[in-house]
Amino acid sequence: MAHIPLEHILLLSAVLFSLGILAVITKRHAVVVLMGIELIFNAANLNLVAFSRHDPQLLQGQLFSLFVIVVAAAEAAVALAIVLRVYQHFKTANLNEIATVEN
Amino acid sequence: MLFYIFAILAIVSGAYMVLTRNLLYAGFSLLITLLSIAGIYVLLFADFIAVTQLMVYVGGVLVLILFGIMLSSRVHDKSVLSENVNTVWGTLIAGLIVVGLSYSILKANISSLPWLQTTELNVLGDQKSTVQTIGIKLMTDFVLPFEIASLLLLIALMGAAYIATDKQKV
Repeated sequence: MAHIPLEHILLLSAVLFSLGILAVITKRHAVVVLMGIELIFNAANLNLVAFSRHDPQLLQGQLFSLFVIVVAAAEAAVALAIVLRVYQHFKTANLNEIATVEN
Repeated sequence: MLFYIFAILAIVSGAYMVLTRNLLYAGFSLLITLLSIAGIYVLLFADFIAVTQLMVYVGGVLVLILFGIMLSSRVHDKSVLSENVNTVWGTLIAGLIVVGLSYSILKANISSLPWLQTTELNVLGDQKSTVQTIGIKLMTDFVLPFEIASLLLLIALMGAAYIATDKQKV
């Protein structure tokens, strides 16, 4: 197996992170914002796994990335439930048109 | 070499997810991004994380996102499109972030850190996979976070089911 330089993995993770930030800032549909957040989680996980390759005590980074995946799954479930409730209430999932939480 | 193919695939499909206005195309290009990240995990000797990525993200979260797209869009009047706002500011901020992070990564000279120099890259040693080590670690050192994670999943699933319930009919 060829040796992958650590900097290249970190650069890939930085690019994925900024793409996620771009999706969160520029999109108007709530589900696409959630997809950007998933991209940010994956960039963080990539860094954790990349540093875990050098861990002498073996795999603390990988265990941490497992817990990140668990929290991301819980976040996705709750956030999509909230998006569905908001869509049923306002008849839109467009974040610019949702300005109130009252009836 | 395989790493660069996966990296280019992840970046291209991630960029297409941001650039396209069709929600379904964005979802499926996010699928390609997650799959190539799982391939990179395999190349980084993290086979259990790769399988977890496939099962949780590709199998669970992405199906959930596609359901969210289907249920929160009126397909018949062409509103599966998502408009862009703040395009200039968003591009500026994301570009500044990627330039700053790349500059600091390249300046930091990470590969010459002492604790990275002393460890060898052959983390697997004589065993074939990381599953046994992760299982032992989860049941000894990380047993409290493991139980808290299971409790969090239970609470999140019950809460999501309660929020999504139509309260008028029940």
